[in-house]
Amino acid sequence: MSNRPPVSIVEPASRPAAGPGVRKSSVFLGATLLQTALLGLCLVHARYAGKESRPAVARRAATVRALGLTDLCLFTDAAYTRHLALADGHAPFQEHPACLEHFPAGSLASPPATLGR
Amino acid sequence: MGAWTERQRSILDFALSSLLRRAGKNVALLAVYAAVVFLLASTMFLLSALRREAALVLAGAPDLIVQRLVAGRMDLVPVAYAGRLRGIRGVSSVRPRLWGYHYDPARKATFTLMVPLEGPPQEGTVVLGGAAARLKGTAVGRQIPLQTHAGSTLNLRVAWILSSESELVAADLLLLSETDFRAITGIPTESATDLVLTVPNERERGTVAAKIARELPDTRGVLRADVLRTYDAVFSWRGGMATLLLTGTLFAFVIFAWDRASGLSAQERREIGVLKAVGWETSDIVLLKTWEGAAVSLTAFLAGTLLAYAHVFFASGTLLARVMKGWSVLYPDFRLVPAVDPYQVGTLMVLTVLPYAAATVVPVWRAATVDPDAVMRA
Repeated sequence: MSNRPPVSIVEPASRPAAGPGVRKSSVFLGATLLQTALLGLCLVHARYAGKESRPAVARRAATVRALGLTDLCLFTDAAYTRHLALADGHAPFQEHPACLEHFPAGSLASPPATLGR
Repeated sequence: MGAWTERQRSILDFALSSLLRRAGKNVALLAVYAAVVFLLASTMFLLSALRREAALVLAGAPDLIVQRLVAGRMDLVPVAYAGRLRGIRGVSSVRPRLWGYHYDPARKATFTLMVPLEGPPQEGTVVLGGAAARLKGTAVGRQIPLQTHAGSTLNLRVAWILSSESELVAADLLLLSETDFRAITGIPTESATDLVLTVPNERERGTVAAKIARELPDTRGVLRADVLRTYDAVFSWRGGMATLLLTGTLFAFVIFAWDRASGLSAQERREIGVLKAVGWETSDIVLLKTWEGAAVSLTAFLAGTLLAYAHVFFASGTLLARVMKGWSVLYPDFRLVPAVDPYQVGTLMVLTVLPYAAATVVPVWRAATVDPDAVMRA
């Protein structure tokens, strides 16, 4: 092993790796840079959209205040998922022992913070 | 510096050629890996957007809600309780709130009936949430029939339909006048669903809730902070939805890592043996395999994250919305505002790229440190 002459693993720059004049590494690095730039644009978009949405969010908050709402209207398949913040203490465990969960949303929504009150 | 860069690029060229020699397997691996990242990133983006929305929008929720419990269940609260609560120091107003559910057997949907705290509709009219209007197939000016608790039908004229931008909070609402609400639900005038208290001083709210619990032991108070905490918990990493979705992706990742860490294929071992036989150092082989792992994991991470962003914020999270919709007949049509920051993207990268890279390098290092003759004969 030790007598073996050192072998250079540096490919000559003139030898193309993928097609005439294009190295595979160039294609990969180009694609990665492009995707990274797009990800950067996503972050810029998120920041911009957050600022743009402020009036609409303020209108939604005003609706909540005027109507006296307590919950988001996300899970409408059961009373305790429609009004998570006001769910009955026992509701996440259903209404009798060993009763199986009826609604998929029940698996998605964790017990409300007011449960222990 | 130039020689170092050229060396890295040459090894990267070699790594990409090596990956392309097993194109079928690696494309499949990349697709599954990107799908795992996509699911993880979609969940993360959706949850953070919903959490932000809930925190901003529900900041307008009532300061304190008092509900009455009878035999462990929520019951109607006597309006007379309001008089007793007004006497508590720190409470500036107490208003009875009227709301409930109304099942429509024809559409198999349950609507939320409500009398707005401010500016209720005129008697004989109704204001509809967006999803409720869509499901009922009605328009402004038309009549909708609602069955009362006594079995008769009450026809209400649609005064207006709430704007689509309010669907996230009001999609299933039917807003009525107090008279119509009581006619439909049969709730007597001396009762309300619950009581809404205004306690201007935020620091006094907990004390007021404790006083109410002593004054009226059959009630419980729900503070605005409780409401916000509930939604923060539901949409947090530890929340039910996140746990459900992340468990799947975690298992997928364990399978990946197991596959890589449990050893290399015979072809990969032979390749390492040949490279060592022609003079490659162990560090070169580890570098080569690191580049291979980095190429796969970085591409999967970037592709999965970009697709997730487009899915959640440009396509309204179509795939996850189906999961969230569950058995709901009424579902809001909403577009989420992105709440993504570099910290989240960095966390996602650490969670998805590093475990794979580590799982790739360790077995390679083990194989690359043994004698090439033994590796090739194995």
